[in-house]
Amino acid sequence: MTDDLEKLAAIVRRVSKSDATPSPEESLFDAGYLDSFSLTDLVAEIERDFSIRIPDSDLNPRRFDSLDRIAEYVRSRAV
Amino acid sequence: MAFIQSFGRYLPERVLGNAELARLLGCESSWILEACGIEERRIAASDETIAILAEQAARNCLTGQQPGLVILSSGTSERRFPGPAAQLATRLGLAGIPAIDLPIASAGSLFAMALAAQLAPAYGTVLVAAAEKMSAPALTEPLDRNTAILFGDGAGACLITNEPGEFEILDSVVHSDGAYADDLRLDLTGPIHMDGRTVIMQASRKLPAAINEVLTRQNVAPLQVDTFLLHQANRNLTERVAKAVGAPASRFFSNIQKYGNTSSASMLIAAAEWHQTAKPDPGAKICFAAFGAGFHYGALLTQKT
Repeated sequence: MTDDLEKLAAIVRRVSKSDATPSPEESLFDAGYLDSFSLTDLVAEIERDFSIRIPDSDLNPRRFDSLDRIAEYVRSRAV
Repeated sequence: MAFIQSFGRYLPERVLGNAELARLLGCESSWILEACGIEERRIAASDETIAILAEQAARNCLTGQQPGLVILSSGTSERRFPGPAAQLATRLGLAGIPAIDLPIASAGSLFAMALAAQLAPAYGTVLVAAAEKMSAPALTEPLDRNTAILFGDGAGACLITNEPGEFEILDSVVHSDGAYADDLRLDLTGPIHMDGRTVIMQASRKLPAAINEVLTRQNVAPLQVDTFLLHQANRNLTERVAKAVGAPASRFFSNIQKYGNTSSASMLIAAAEWHQTAKPDPGAKICFAAFGAGFHYGALLTQKT
């Protein structure tokens, strides 16, 4: 895993209160790591840990469905 | 200036508890309570129309005043047109005065109050009512248990006037964003469609932002607000809004466990119920806020006179 993926996996473990680490392409919703409410916690933690602001218009659940997708989005915000 | 003079509410007699609903949905009643925190909801009788529900709530807050304008919010009225506002006015003996329908669901009563505050100087007393029969679309086949457990029926009302009243309306903010119109909707036929993830994500951001906007404009800190009266959508959402705003969750009045989500009616039902027992001191700040389909959302700040 890259550094970003490791960092994101740690966030997912915190908000899902799970010790397991999802694989990068695994759906975080289908696998039970995230629900509607923990998703909002995930977004807040990504903003804090990556020092980015995620605008309302980017709050699309599909963007946060897997570690790979989140990492791709975080990279796009960092540019 | 505009003031809230009184609140009213009406809840249908029939109570649908979780045990009965669980049998209908083929699930455990404990799952319903765990999933949404709702213990029971009210179900309107088949002959209780939106206008009739609204009339009961309106009579609960009218004490001899003669409104010059009626605004009725409902996302579940019986017809495409006419909406039920004119019927409500006529049932109250107010035929002839203008009656406006606001079919914008959950944030409807907040929008109606904000509009009434602007229109009170022209129309004198404005009757704001919100009535919903959410149980019908929520319990329409094919049943979606995640949606069916959430909703109930009821009506709320308030009188907004240009004459001094119990709560001065200090300010309001209202916003709409049509980008999400498909994510929470009730089509002309079929059940309620709700993309819960999108709704919660957006509501978690937009509700605190609207509250902060109106408080900042009035130079009021969140901790200076005595009570928050929100659209009763979801207890988990309310707790997140409280955290985001920076106010104790205990200041957010909640009665969703008794009535479920009654869409636009819920905020005024909550206000009427809170008002029955609350004894706010003069100067106490009360903040209303709502978010719903559209998305429409906003906040309104009042002060006890």
